[in-house]
Amino acid sequence: MRGYLARKTVIYGLTFVVAVTLNWLIPRLMPGDPVQRMVARAAVQHPETIAAMTAYYEQTFGLDLPLWQQYLNYWAALFRGDLGTSVWLFPAPVAQVVLDAVPYTLGIMIPAILLSFVVGNSVGAMAARSRWLDNVALPVGYLVTAMPYMWLAILLAWGLGVALGWFPVAGGYDFGMVPQWSWAFAGDLLQHWVLPFLSLFLVSLGGWAIGMRNLIIYELESDYANYLSALGAPKRLVRQYAFRNAMLPQITGLALQLGTILGGALVTEIVFAYPGLGKLVLSAIQNQDFFLLQGTLLFVVIGVLLANFVIDIVYVLVDPRTRTGLTGGTS
Amino acid sequence: MTATQPAAAPGTGTEATEAPGAALAPSGSRKPGGDARETLYFALRNPKVVIGSVVVLAFLLLGLLGPLFLKNAPMDYAGPPMAPPSADFPFGTTTFGQDVFAQFVAGLRSTFLVGLLGGGVAAVIGMAIGFVAGYRGGLIDELLNMLTNVVLVIPGFVVLIIINAYLGVRSVPMQALYIGVFSWPWVARAVRAQTLSLRSRDFIDLARLSGVGVGTILRREVAPNMYSYLFMTFVLLFGGSILTAASLDFIGLGPTNAMSLGLMMNQAVQWSALHLGLWWWFIPPGLGITLIVGSLYIMNVGLDEVFNPKLREM
Repeated sequence: MRGYLARKTVIYGLTFVVAVTLNWLIPRLMPGDPVQRMVARAAVQHPETIAAMTAYYEQTFGLDLPLWQQYLNYWAALFRGDLGTSVWLFPAPVAQVVLDAVPYTLGIMIPAILLSFVVGNSVGAMAARSRWLDNVALPVGYLVTAMPYMWLAILLAWGLGVALGWFPVAGGYDFGMVPQWSWAFAGDLLQHWVLPFLSLFLVSLGGWAIGMRNLIIYELESDYANYLSALGAPKRLVRQYAFRNAMLPQITGLALQLGTILGGALVTEIVFAYPGLGKLVLSAIQNQDFFLLQGTLLFVVIGVLLANFVIDIVYVLVDPRTRTGLTGGTS
Repeated sequence: MTATQPAAAPGTGTEATEAPGAALAPSGSRKPGGDARETLYFALRNPKVVIGSVVVLAFLLLGLLGPLFLKNAPMDYAGPPMAPPSADFPFGTTTFGQDVFAQFVAGLRSTFLVGLLGGGVAAVIGMAIGFVAGYRGGLIDELLNMLTNVVLVIPGFVVLIIINAYLGVRSVPMQALYIGVFSWPWVARAVRAQTLSLRSRDFIDLARLSGVGVGTILRREVAPNMYSYLFMTFVLLFGGSILTAASLDFIGLGPTNAMSLGLMMNQAVQWSALHLGLWWWFIPPGLGITLIVGSLYIMNVGLDEVFNPKLREM
């Protein structure tokens, strides 16, 4: 088990370094100069003012240093929790802007991931080897999985929001309200939460159901399942064993899926103008606020890595083979 | 699997990783001519394969031939604004009077191009790394495995956003290339696992004894045993690339010099088609993607049954 966790830690550490380096490097390969853009936005003509402003911004963003020093500073700032300053919302620090948006994203992502995982796996397990359920669940599952996240979101917003008027279709809370601790505000928050949550939940559902169905069929063909049935064990019991074994790849799958689901959450938020990280990414792109974009995405990468690590620890808890250093979980 | 939604069908990828050998053709029964004919025989009698490929081919033909018969260019202000579907404009028009059907047909082209290129790049990288890592073993395997795991955990979609936003990737082929570069890891893992189990078979030993090079062994002895699996992998990557590209286009990081289905949805939302009730603007592009990718997935299930007799008997 210690070996397993050590290996994982090394991989995550390495991934973290690569991700941060990429995040630092790619913007510096970009054509164009963000400082010039900001100076241009101030629309001043006086050359001395421009020079002074350029110098000020370059110093603020640390662009006047040699590259290797910028790289080290980037790391140092990162460990201080300093992600730079937003250009769009100047002078708000990026870290603060991101932290304000995170609860909204987590609020739709975590329930959607957990619920779709539980419901999808149960449906898939039931569908396996049950002809009529399989015939319904499988094609529906594949079509739902094939839906682009934003399209389902658009359909829900249009159908349940605009046409039927059951739910609001934009924002995280009513524009007339001020965030506060009150029942009215909480209810409003919940109303705005339903549609983004629902669309993310529905798209993720199909994949888990299909995966579980395939795995159960595969497990039911294995030797231990045949042996157990030959001993006269009731079907229910055999399926229970199959289910427990099929859960392991599904948990690995959950770790692999996180990035995709996260991408889905980002575009879903954009459809609903939900004030989470997705909206932040969109605003950052539209306003060419690269510091905000970079900070948001770096935050996302760290989040995915941490979540992956948590899933690995869960894996150790549910798969005894990793604890005793046998073959399981070599991935 | 992280970067693309191919991921979309998690079971298919994970299963292959966890259960190497499940999809392997039984070794020794390699009669090239007879095999192909038999595969075709079962494929044509499998409703999933037939229906799936008919839908995909129909969209492909529409995308390839459609623009030749249309009088309106996708971005032309061709008709009255906000017109519902009619004989002149089968899918209606946008708020600016652009022909939605013309946009849809042009978007299909980009969709297939992204799928083909993105899926192709990912398949080539994944297979190359998987074959070499699985066959060579040792230090090379360790290093490649490390690389695979690192790229696997990085949320590819996020890196794609950064690349597109900063480097201004604004053509469909370049977009596809970058999508491919971040969606190969699960392929590499699956191919490596299968290669590993093939490596110790007798016929591989024999090939090695005969003194041919590593590349030849991989190409002529290892790969043919998993052609079916590799083909199915490519189909999944194809669908995944389409979905990833649609998401990027929707955020506004799509091509500027071409029309795409994701871009249509982006514009529909941006010009509040939802609130104006212009359903003909945002339903076709999403439905097109869903049908293409869904058909690919269903076709893949059918192919699985064709290639794997165990499933066929059920």
